[in-house]
Amino acid sequence: MRRHPLPVLAAAALVLATTTACLGGEDKQDTTRNADAKEFTLTIAANAIAGGKNAASAEWIENWVIPKFVEAQKAKGRTAKVEFQPSGAGDEDYKSKVALDLKTGSGADLYSIDGIWVGEFADAGYIKPLDDMVGADAVNAWDGWGQIPKPVQGNFTYKGKRYGVPEGTDGRVLYFNRTLLAKAGLPRDWQPKSWDEVLAAGQAVKSSQPGVTPIQLNAGTAMGEATTMQGVLPLLVGTGQQIWADGKWQGNTAAMRDVLGLYQKIYGGGLGDPVLQQDAKGRDKSFQAFAAGKIAILLEGDYFWRSVVEPAKGIAKMPDRNENVGYALIPAIRPGAGVRGQNFVSMSGGGGRVLNPATKYPRQAWELMQFMNSKEATIAQVGSAPRLTQRQDVNDEILKTDPLLAFIAQKVLPLTAFRPGFAEYPQVSQALQQATQDVVAGTSPADAAGAYQKKVESVVGGADKVASG
Amino acid sequence: MPAAEGSSSGLGRWHAVGFVAPAFALIGVFLVFPALWTLYIGLTNYRLTGAAARQPEIVGLDNYTRALSDPTFYNSLWLTLLFVLGSAVIGQNVLGFLLAYSLRATAPALRRVVQALVLLAWVLPSSVVAFLWIAMLDRDAGTVNAVLGGSTAWLVEYPMAAIIVFNTWRGTAFSMMLYGAALTSVPPSHLETARLAGSGSWQTLRDVVLPHMRRYALTNTLIITLWTFNDFTPFLLTAGGPNRESEVVPVYIYNTAIVGGEMGYSGAVSLIVLLINLLLALVYLRAAKVRVPS
Repeated sequence: MRRHPLPVLAAAALVLATTTACLGGEDKQDTTRNADAKEFTLTIAANAIAGGKNAASAEWIENWVIPKFVEAQKAKGRTAKVEFQPSGAGDEDYKSKVALDLKTGSGADLYSIDGIWVGEFADAGYIKPLDDMVGADAVNAWDGWGQIPKPVQGNFTYKGKRYGVPEGTDGRVLYFNRTLLAKAGLPRDWQPKSWDEVLAAGQAVKSSQPGVTPIQLNAGTAMGEATTMQGVLPLLVGTGQQIWADGKWQGNTAAMRDVLGLYQKIYGGGLGDPVLQQDAKGRDKSFQAFAAGKIAILLEGDYFWRSVVEPAKGIAKMPDRNENVGYALIPAIRPGAGVRGQNFVSMSGGGGRVLNPATKYPRQAWELMQFMNSKEATIAQVGSAPRLTQRQDVNDEILKTDPLLAFIAQKVLPLTAFRPGFAEYPQVSQALQQATQDVVAGTSPADAAGAYQKKVESVVGGADKVASG
Repeated sequence: MPAAEGSSSGLGRWHAVGFVAPAFALIGVFLVFPALWTLYIGLTNYRLTGAAARQPEIVGLDNYTRALSDPTFYNSLWLTLLFVLGSAVIGQNVLGFLLAYSLRATAPALRRVVQALVLLAWVLPSSVVAFLWIAMLDRDAGTVNAVLGGSTAWLVEYPMAAIIVFNTWRGTAFSMMLYGAALTSVPPSHLETARLAGSGSWQTLRDVVLPHMRRYALTNTLIITLWTFNDFTPFLLTAGGPNRESEVVPVYIYNTAIVGGEMGYSGAVSLIVLLINLLLALVYLRAAKVRVPS
């Protein structure tokens, strides 16, 4: 029997050629396609689900946004069908899902995403500037922009272009269980002024109440971005450094070793529970443990107050939240040593909504997005679950009713810091998570910082872009 | 009618091509194409997000050299070896055979009950059993801790042991059934002869039954090794954690590709794993060809 290698090779070459053509590619958007459609269907996707994660947000979309929008369209003589695609997953899993949806040109028309993903999604071509999708005239015509402060708009701006509408901002504080701290002899309005005072409070809890975890500080890779945002970065700005400044990423520096050193003092010194930190469901468990009075001090965002220990709809309800959960500003390593010479520090970010470039109805999707960010809709959304919204006019009203949000708006936001919106950031963040993981597992801070430096160099492309020493 | 040139079946070349074409098309679409695609991706810096998702660049063999010098990849290979040896080659094989051997002489009712229970572990969806095991091994509210007392976070403190025991439990049904069928092939006359010659039960097992099992054991080991090598279910229990302590190869690939976003690199790792799989299959096929005296 004769063999014919040629056809086989030709077929292989053909396959390779077609696959090569599949990766990448660019297409021009028609901003007015289907703009006159009398009937259209739109889908909203968010990491929210009734009865679970971000339940209030899911209920708002299902019970307020969809019926009201359909009604408003009906008045204009159009038949709208709007669906909600809920999700109750961890943030990292949700991000993978959205990236895969957008990559294949399928999925929902509107996505809720974290502002820090905008850069990498935009670079990948998964999301496009609003101007390119619906036309600059239509975008600029929205009166809502005037109500959204510039730093908040910055969360959904990349390389000078708007990619979506932010949903507000947030801030991080130290939460504490007032009862547990009182038993350790600490005041009801505890406010530490340095890291040592936090550690001292932890020791006091430890010696007075065995069985209670004094301090839980997010660490490890399983928690994903929560480790970075509610752990490393607030500590790092407390040493006076930002993760990226003047063209350089923070590498194996004294500041980084201080941060990892604090992790070692907490988890090596028996003040925190290292096992919980390594659990695949560690963050949810830390919520439950705090709600059950098993954790005394926890660094978290305002999300924790409004969606986790919230007395009615939270995922780890605390009926006595208002009386028993205290909050304090995050201190710098020592007074005046924080970024910009501050005594106290915080980090902020925020989510928002973007349009799927593959939507069949870009104009209608943009209309829905404006509708969801209107004053009326925003008031309806915060009616049952107050938070710091994107709209100044709404914040002015709701902040009067919620003490923590007022605290964040007045005390935290003036001294907060933001993450750099570069596409490399998520990989740097993963390297930070790994460094904390190493320390929790017993590696010395110096060794963990050394390994971190190597990783960051490979991520950002060279030692000259990383500060060290 | 004379046979067509180059054809031994008398079909004629074009008829023969016509008959195998559908099979080749299926193999091409579902095996050759993905393999070539993996080969291609492995040569690029393709990522799930960021600029490299839109415009991936060819980086040559960088991904391969990185994989072959990456301690986390060797770590995952080592863990996979432990996982395969512990849960498949030893765990499922031995437990499956023992179950089949001890059940062969029991009352049919008892046999059916035990078989049904073992089978149940095998046929339930992975996500369901993973949920059950997480509930069982949980530190704070787990069944195991409730029975034993104490508060051990089994999946965090003993992640490899946990997934090995889990996979043994999960996959034993296949070995049990295969050995159950194999045991019926032992000629009763041999067993009778052994009994008449005064052989004890251990001697009978060793000298009469086991030699008959050799070829079945090889086939069984090949199949379950390949299955276990490529099994993703441990991810549902530990997600590779804590700190990569249970990150077997399929989990490693998922974590680098989907969580880490490094599609190009994980494409290269996938191809290496594909080669390892082929190698394993070859070794076993060779071993199976060696004539077994019976």
